[in-house]
Amino acid sequence: MSIQNISLSGRKKQVSNKEMTLGERLYIGAIAGGMATTFKHLFKKKVTISYPEETRPFSPVYRGQHMLMRDEEGRERCTACGLCALSCPAEAITMKAAERKPEEKHLYREEKYAEIYEINMLRCIYCGLCEEACPKQAIYLTTSKKIVKADTNREHFIFGKEQLVMPLEQAIRNTTKSE
Amino acid sequence: MEEAIIIEKSVIIVAVFAITMLFAMYCTLAERKIAAWIQDRRGPNRAGPGGVLQPLADGLKLFAKEEFMPNTPNTFLFVFGPFISMTMALMTSAVIPWGDTLEIAGRKVILQAADINVAMLYVFAVLSVSVYGIMIGGWASNNKYSLISAMRVASQMISYEIAMGLSIVAILMMYSSMSLREIAAGQHEMHWNIFYQPLGFFIFLICSFAETNRTPFDLAECEQELIGGYHTEYSSMRMGFFLFAEYAAMFISSTLLAVLYLGAYNYPGMTWAAENWGENTANLIGIAVLFAKICFFIFLYMWVRWTIPRFRYDQLMNLGWKTLIPLAIINIVITAVVLLLTR
Repeated sequence: MSIQNISLSGRKKQVSNKEMTLGERLYIGAIAGGMATTFKHLFKKKVTISYPEETRPFSPVYRGQHMLMRDEEGRERCTACGLCALSCPAEAITMKAAERKPEEKHLYREEKYAEIYEINMLRCIYCGLCEEACPKQAIYLTTSKKIVKADTNREHFIFGKEQLVMPLEQAIRNTTKSE
Repeated sequence: MEEAIIIEKSVIIVAVFAITMLFAMYCTLAERKIAAWIQDRRGPNRAGPGGVLQPLADGLKLFAKEEFMPNTPNTFLFVFGPFISMTMALMTSAVIPWGDTLEIAGRKVILQAADINVAMLYVFAVLSVSVYGIMIGGWASNNKYSLISAMRVASQMISYEIAMGLSIVAILMMYSSMSLREIAAGQHEMHWNIFYQPLGFFIFLICSFAETNRTPFDLAECEQELIGGYHTEYSSMRMGFFLFAEYAAMFISSTLLAVLYLGAYNYPGMTWAAENWGENTANLIGIAVLFAKICFFIFLYMWVRWTIPRFRYDQLMNLGWKTLIPLAIINIVITAVVLLLTR
């Protein structure tokens, strides 16, 4: 066996330019074969998913929209250290820190908090590096199937704290559940 | 008595048109459904149960769309084009025998809008006029691509009409009649023409595909490679009329195929049914059988459309002039020889 004839995959085929026979040139066999193939497909399982009624199963490593967590007492965990913004490869996160006042102790856990915290959802690639970088376990990519809504205005894709911070009711519900 | 005939005829004419329109309407849905099934999809299933109201929704959409009017040299012709195509497609249905006779209130009703003895000539005359609709539409669009496409379609339809006409000649020789009614009646029980004229059947089938501008001969509307067809400039319901005409033509040519080659309303065991269950029941079953045959051909049209790729123009012309026409002539010669020897 010469080296040219070895086929490791078993699919190697010599190309030939042979003339077609009369039967082949009539194409009737080829057409009938094609028709049989499409006819078989009539009864195959449909791949369509009727979206609003059924949804595709999500991958276990699915990462949904971000949420800024609260602690057990309902205070914001974020201390505006900026590590998430630093780790973000798309530079989607911006924030502005502010110092906590004594009367705001019940609102923020640390002495410093994020006065403004914005994620540009047009830039975010949901890589989850912010989640890994956060030392206070404040930012999480939820498994919620909430998808960023379509809009014609670019401004609306910059999510501020009102869209990102965990709603207070949810925090209360979480604490009561764990008790 | 005269009045009764007029009423009877008008009822049949209305029924025939209604059936043709309805079939054409639901062909659009069937097309989308079958296309979807062949591609492992589900097809339209939102409007009504299983999507049965989809044609109505499509119609409503077409009516509500903007009617764009190009800066055409002749507005009247531009508007008129689709209607010629449409009218010609519907007119053929007048001579189709939809069944034998039915006895209603003691009268024998012939299930045919017009029982004329030159039905075959009439069909071909009307079919050839439908080229005008496309030509006028393409010319009045004031668009070179539309005009070229219209020319393409016209030459295609005319060249395939020749082969089609020649393939029919063999049948006309067998029956020595041009009446569709006689041809239908002559194929009693299982004496269907497809068994006597297999070659003629294939030629007629291929020519009907080309006549109705269906794939693999739908060069009229190759969006992918040639911008579009003679209806590029048409929008909203005017475009809808062209498409509707295509589907009506498809229905009519399926009917012609069923009547000419697949024994029309005849089915094996028809005489037995007539003897045991009465003539009326047997003829009613006959109508259902005819519609089943028509549905089979409509399905075949769609099945082929989603299987076979489009022909190139020179291949199309080669097939028409160098293959089908000689074959049709050979078919005539063979038929003539056989008829000479057997009679």
